[in-house]
Amino acid sequence: MKKLVSVLLALALCLSMTAVFAEDAVRIGVMGPFTGPAAAYGAAVRDAAIIAAEEINALGGLQIVLDTQDDEHNTEKAVNAYNTLKDNNVQLILGTTTTAPCIAVSVYAAEDRILMLTPSASSPDVLESDDNTVFQVCFTDPAQGTLSAQYIAQHGLATKVGVIYNNGDPYSTGIYETFMEEAAAEGLQVVAESTFTDADTDFSVQVASMKNAGAELVFLPIYYTPAAMIMNAAKSADYAPVFFGVDGMDGILTLEGFDTALAENVYLLTPFAADADDERTQSFVTKYTEAYGIVPNQFAADAYDGLYILYTACVNAGITAETSAAEACEKVMAQLLEMEYVGLTGTMTWNEDGTVSKTPKAVVIKDGVYVSAD
Amino acid sequence: MAQFLEALVNGISLGSLYAIIALGYSMVYGIAKMLNFAHGDVIMVGGFAVFILMVSNGWQPLLAVIAAMFICTVLGMLIERLAYKPLRGAPSLAVLITAIGVSYFLQNAAQLLWGANPKFFTILDYGNLTVHIGDSQFNISIGKLLSVAVSVAIMVGLSLFTGKTRIGKSMRAVSEDRGAAQLMGINVNATIAITFAIGSALAAVAGAMLVGVYGVQLSPTTGAMPGIKAFTAAVFGGIGSIPGAMIGGILIGLIEILVGTFVSTDLKDALTFAVLIVMLVAKPTGLLGKPMREKV
Repeated sequence: MKKLVSVLLALALCLSMTAVFAEDAVRIGVMGPFTGPAAAYGAAVRDAAIIAAEEINALGGLQIVLDTQDDEHNTEKAVNAYNTLKDNNVQLILGTTTTAPCIAVSVYAAEDRILMLTPSASSPDVLESDDNTVFQVCFTDPAQGTLSAQYIAQHGLATKVGVIYNNGDPYSTGIYETFMEEAAAEGLQVVAESTFTDADTDFSVQVASMKNAGAELVFLPIYYTPAAMIMNAAKSADYAPVFFGVDGMDGILTLEGFDTALAENVYLLTPFAADADDERTQSFVTKYTEAYGIVPNQFAADAYDGLYILYTACVNAGITAETSAAEACEKVMAQLLEMEYVGLTGTMTWNEDGTVSKTPKAVVIKDGVYVSAD
Repeated sequence: MAQFLEALVNGISLGSLYAIIALGYSMVYGIAKMLNFAHGDVIMVGGFAVFILMVSNGWQPLLAVIAAMFICTVLGMLIERLAYKPLRGAPSLAVLITAIGVSYFLQNAAQLLWGANPKFFTILDYGNLTVHIGDSQFNISIGKLLSVAVSVAIMVGLSLFTGKTRIGKSMRAVSEDRGAAQLMGINVNATIAITFAIGSALAAVAGAMLVGVYGVQLSPTTGAMPGIKAFTAAVFGGIGSIPGAMIGGILIGLIEILVGTFVSTDLKDALTFAVLIVMLVAKPTGLLGKPMREKV
């Protein structure tokens, strides 16, 4: 009896191993918040990666399988999700989507030598670990703050500017700091600054301070959920400045029950505009809209580019399903430093430290859709 | 001046919202002698009930709020029956831990049922009043004014209810001495169940106002922070006292908004709780709390 059991077990083991090797495809993990307050970002990243993977697999060359894990925009859950991916033997990771989980996971990834290409974790802190293995598709927070101040000044959107930021969030404070520096250099007058934390539910104080200081434009380097609450509070106070957001504002139009009329004329800095008329953008937007019923945002575009970047690097470096994660990491990294990739979000090159260089665009919300702000 | 008045109005309206929630905490504590930490989460369930009926099923806002009150009443009584009643004789620590457990259960059940994506809805959209004082002016949202009126009405109604009606009197009797009340022929279990029913119906109103009037996001953790602030308000005013909860709520709201406006938004929570500590050192039973002698 015992023998029979052990034979069966051995057989089962062989079968399971063949199951792994039969899948002759490069295994790429995708991480992001698919639930929770930042779910719009993670879902966009996952959905766009699925579209990119289908396209790549249809090409017939190198095949890709995706392994998607939810991190709920929570550092602990992100580390768990990362460990699950590691146990599942993924070779490369497209993720994480948001900054705080990325910082947490980057330390482990550097230790384990697993390459992470993050579509959207934009803080420079995600690149800080020793022997960093994280590369970014999006530009860094400091760049977003600087570019926002330049954009506002050069396009004459306002001279009196207010800022509301989340002082409990490295993403928000990071952008705030560089914005303030550049605003001073560009001659913008910052008339009011106000803060909040994730625990805050009342925004009447912050809005009143902007209004009483006479700010014509309010810069919001924050995520879209508190931004929606700020717009609600502004409405109660009969205050209608120009709101200017960065990539975290992307998602405001997808909030259930939120009156999108309040987001009318909101500017946001983003490398991607869904109304761009090049053929690749149009094809992606059409596919995404058909599959998920909404127009893809910048996170989706970054993730779509991200998967193609990994694919291109894998093909050039000759990565196969048998390549170990550590070997794939070194080879893909070498490729990233050499390559110039032209994607939906611009022409990208990478530095040694993992930062990308590309030019930003601004979009403005008109009639509930993004339109390129010229 | 206008800035001060605007802050004052915002503080009172935020405070009146805390007051409605605090009333729920305070009544349950006064009568059942337990801290119902799941109260904040009943607010969240009320918010979701309104969202589902109003946004997804197209009900009238008022009708949706009334239905949500009914749903929360049933939920509150169910929680009391299943989680708290079996522990009636148990040490208060066991009941407290159970309440925290119920709180987590509700949050996670909500996440499972409705997902964690934040949602919004509007129940009152009557615009703003503009008030002119000399050269300056400020705006008051009519929704917020109405919410103050609603909470004052609720407080007056509850005071009358506990003061004049038969059930109200039995509530006060149970609150004063549970054993003696039982000996006098009062059905203690039924009285406590009714208390939970009223508290939960109030929670539904608070949930509807929090999201629908104040424009706060609706998510499984929506009730947590306002719940803690309102609990503070109940302690501040003297837990167990109905006017105390009202005054405590409004004071906490005012301190929060005034500190945020004139000192710093970074310090508003810290200073609010500092005031609470100073207050409790000076008067441990809260503003209107009666000193209770321990019966031996």
